[in-house]
Amino acid sequence: MSDSSVAEHTEHADRPELRHHFADEQQQRNAAALGMWWFLGTEIMFFGGMFCAYLIYRLKYFPEFAAASRSLDLKVGTLNTAVLICSSLTVAQAVRAAQMGKRMLQVKLLLATLFFGLVFLGVKAYEWENKYKEHHIPTFDFNAKDLMRDNQHLFGLDKLQNDPHALQVREAEIQQHSQIFFALYFALTGMHAIHMIVGVGVFSVITWMAWKGRFTPEYHTPLEIAGLYWHFVDIVWIYLFPLLYLIDRRPGA
Amino acid sequence: MATAAVTTEKKNYLNAEYGIRSWLFTTDHKRIALLYLVSITAFFFIGGFFALLIRLELLTPAGDLLTADMYNKAFTMHGQVMVFFFLIPSIPAVLGNFLVPMMIGAKDLALPRINLISWYIYIIAGILYLHCIATGGVDTGWTFYTPYSTMFSNTRVIEAGLAIFISGFSSILTGLNFVVTIHRMRAPGMTWSRLPLFVWSHYATSIIMLLGTPVIAITLILVVLERTLNLGIFDPTRGGDPVLFQHLFWFYSHPAVYIMILPSMAVISEIVPCFSRKRVFGYNFVAMSSIAIAAIGFIVWAHHMFVAGISLYSALVFSFLSFLVAVPSAIKVFNWTATMYKGSVSFSTPMLYAFGFIGLFTIGGLTGLFLATLGVDIHVHDTYFVIAHFHYVMVGGAVMGYLGGMHFWWPKISGRMYPEGWGRFSAMIVFLGFNLTFFPQFILGYLGMPRRYWDYSHMPEWQGLNVLSTAGASFLAVGYLLPMAYFLWSLRYGKIAPDNPWGATGLEWRTSSPPPTFNFEETPIVTWEAYEYESMPLPEEVTLER
Amino acid sequence: MFDNFPLWPVGASSHSFAVDALYVFLVVVSVATTLAIFAVVGLFAFKYRRRHGREAEPIEGNLILEIAWSAAPMGLFLIFFAWGAVIFFDARTPPQDSTEIYVVAKQWMWKLQHTEGQRELNELHVPVGKNIKLIMTSQDVIHSFYVPAFRLKQDVIPGRYTTMWFKATKPGTYHLFCAQYCGTQHSGMIGEVVVMEPAEYETWLSGGVPSGTLAQNGQALFTQLGCSTCHRFDVQGRGPNLTGVYGKPVFLEDGRTVIADENYVRESILVPAAKVVSGFKPVMPSFQGQVSEEQLTSLVEYVKSLSLSSSQAPATAAGK
Repeated sequence: MSDSSVAEHTEHADRPELRHHFADEQQQRNAAALGMWWFLGTEIMFFGGMFCAYLIYRLKYFPEFAAASRSLDLKVGTLNTAVLICSSLTVAQAVRAAQMGKRMLQVKLLLATLFFGLVFLGVKAYEWENKYKEHHIPTFDFNAKDLMRDNQHLFGLDKLQNDPHALQVREAEIQQHSQIFFALYFALTGMHAIHMIVGVGVFSVITWMAWKGRFTPEYHTPLEIAGLYWHFVDIVWIYLFPLLYLIDRRPGA
Repeated sequence: MATAAVTTEKKNYLNAEYGIRSWLFTTDHKRIALLYLVSITAFFFIGGFFALLIRLELLTPAGDLLTADMYNKAFTMHGQVMVFFFLIPSIPAVLGNFLVPMMIGAKDLALPRINLISWYIYIIAGILYLHCIATGGVDTGWTFYTPYSTMFSNTRVIEAGLAIFISGFSSILTGLNFVVTIHRMRAPGMTWSRLPLFVWSHYATSIIMLLGTPVIAITLILVVLERTLNLGIFDPTRGGDPVLFQHLFWFYSHPAVYIMILPSMAVISEIVPCFSRKRVFGYNFVAMSSIAIAAIGFIVWAHHMFVAGISLYSALVFSFLSFLVAVPSAIKVFNWTATMYKGSVSFSTPMLYAFGFIGLFTIGGLTGLFLATLGVDIHVHDTYFVIAHFHYVMVGGAVMGYLGGMHFWWPKISGRMYPEGWGRFSAMIVFLGFNLTFFPQFILGYLGMPRRYWDYSHMPEWQGLNVLSTAGASFLAVGYLLPMAYFLWSLRYGKIAPDNPWGATGLEWRTSSPPPTFNFEETPIVTWEAYEYESMPLPEEVTLER
Repeated sequence: MFDNFPLWPVGASSHSFAVDALYVFLVVVSVATTLAIFAVVGLFAFKYRRRHGREAEPIEGNLILEIAWSAAPMGLFLIFFAWGAVIFFDARTPPQDSTEIYVVAKQWMWKLQHTEGQRELNELHVPVGKNIKLIMTSQDVIHSFYVPAFRLKQDVIPGRYTTMWFKATKPGTYHLFCAQYCGTQHSGMIGEVVVMEPAEYETWLSGGVPSGTLAQNGQALFTQLGCSTCHRFDVQGRGPNLTGVYGKPVFLEDGRTVIADENYVRESILVPAAKVVSGFKPVMPSFQGQVSEEQLTSLVEYVKSLSLSSSQAPATAAGK
């Protein structure tokens, strides 16, 4: 490593992206990547708390969770999953394009990513609106009657037809416990959506930077680490999807 | 010779640029450390003010100074300010920020702009919390237990929760920076086994900050959502479980106590070898102990919940693991003590603080064992015994380490020496005042005085011990004010500090006091082990025997 | 010990001695360790203080020592753990023959119900020498039932039952505290456990013997039943200040005005929701079934006395 004291103190004038405290680009890139990986580690812990709450309540109130999960629109959820996976693909391709020095291709792929991200958010908004219509938003006129109607056997309601008091108690319980599912549903998908929105914001900036030609085969670190973030948000959804939508799906049910 | 102006023509990080913009937009880790120093000191006094209210109220059995609600807010905000806005940032954000790059031979932290952002995040969080205090405060206890915090308290719970949530990001970014820096920015030859133990401890602390803080973040968000949207996750009337909150809360808040103590241990690991003139005994064991404390610290959280309704078998497991986590701390204490064996010990102010730390942390740590012991914990849980225990480790331990570190590195940070006589005097006042404040609380706790009691008029026999405690607190307050005063004094009138007034090893001492902006004239190339005191001469200019 | 300056709590359950013994063991070991460390540090600091002509000796470490001072504490800790676990196990295993008493905690009082029917507020009467199991729940937030003399506490949680068992071994009156912060009057949520000889307990179970004037009895009841936690005299509480209320008009939440006579006071205790004072919330619990007619009369007399001149009234500021 060649070090002359003068060179160390000035910005590397010929390599403006190389910050002064780094010896070379490799070190800078490694530092940035390590930083982003650790940050994603913190995000795992962040979502982890909610996953923990989900786990406990799902074990406690399985019938309610199963019924509520079945009430979610599987087609729409699957569509969203596909959209997000495609967006991860376009991000990875964009990084590849940067590595190959193809500016227009980068920009197109990044715009595609943004497009998919916005589609995801739009679909999510549509789903949430449906929740409102179905009275499945906790405390806002929440009503689990439709869950009870569609899951008589699962809840054991068919066996309680002769005992109106016990039936009433069980129905009150179902009303209560299924709210917990939806509370977690909104907390989880809401947190995820916030991360998506941040991602869209970040990628808007990244796309602009790509358009300006800032990313070269030698230097495309911001694109790479933003890509890491985007993949992570995608992976969180890949966990959320089965946990929320696929609890007790059976063919024909 | 104490002249007013800095006569050296050499540029250092303090005089490199002038003006408020050069401070508020700096990316120099040393300047950022000073920005943090000023902010956390301010919060220390705010937290101390609430402590004053508490101790004054408890002078008499009746609740005659404050209303019950005011008192409940006082202890809540004392705890939250001290934990989240003082202790958690303190050593890492001030001493860690300042020293870690220098100790590893780097020019700055890996992510300097993130460093500055972390300070701004801390400030935003702090302002939000101050606003919370100004608009009525919060009375949930620092622990925010549900369902009181979610469904019953009429105070500014959401604002306090959000402020602490935001401050968590400052913590996460600081930890992130340290981990990346320590992995990627070490100078040539600075292998892991040559790192100062200060760096090892900060590395362990950073791991905890990164992995633990997000959990309190989501926990507070869930509380805020519960309060605003009435979700019911912790509401038993709707199938929720209030004890789930406790698990989520303590999953972070137990490791958090190690965030508070490990950096302090880091400081002690630097002071003791310097003032014994020999390497730390058992370097590998001390380094590994830091990692062990961080790792095991994550799996003991439910020892805060032995009587909270957890099962008998969980309690047994957590009790056992809690004993396990005490072992690495004990190892450190023994190693520091052994470092003094056949050394050449001197009694400078930093060393006095180190002695104080060893003594008080020993007591604090041993009383932790009482709490890990199931049969005894049933009786002393949620009493003054617990308060005494954690103040011994957090104040007698963490704060003593912080003060010791501030004295040790003050010459490097400011270029001035503090007045040694006053330093030693204050150290002793702090030690005596601290013991008088908190030792009676062990007795009060075993007697049965519960925590968070505003009024004890039905138990007037507790007054004697409470009076002793308050008397100690006033003494302690003096001990904290004195360094404030003489550090400020030294900025103008203190002796000019040489590069290495203590004759300490460590790369930070091989550069000027104060250091230049880029730390080193040339990147050092390290070929020696840490703490090679056998080849380090005693400083000539500053003698310590006076 | 010293009455005004106690240093050790009285022990009154079959459990107390075991806890105290372990505690003393812990104290002895801790003091010994602390003194040992202080002594060694002091010794080294003195013996190896800086002196001209003597250099420090560099020492890397010593594996045997490290193992020794890791293993020895761990061994000691295992003793603490095992001993503590045994005591805990015992404390968490109520004997089969325990008499059950129900406890409902609410902000800020303890409601206790004996299976024989007796109800108590903030006081728990138990016979000495019998196994008692408390079955507890909360109506609102988490509280904690703590009797220092028994060395026992247990969190009381809304939405579920938690249990705690004990056997009192010494007749007497012992403090009962709430040990989990629960809001404004957390430190006021205190009471007493009254341990009686079996014969006395039987007598108590079947009804008590009142003494003192009606108003004085009423004043005692007023505090005992927890009325003073909400009907405060010093600051605004959750309920109206009762000084000067009797005999005067009262404005109600529903717009009516009534005169506060004996019937009004009696009704307010038994059916508080019937006439809620304007500006207050309907949070007062009903005492129907918890106060006898004589007790009601004493309470009414007491409230009356709060409107008389100070020479005739027993005392103001009864609630604090």
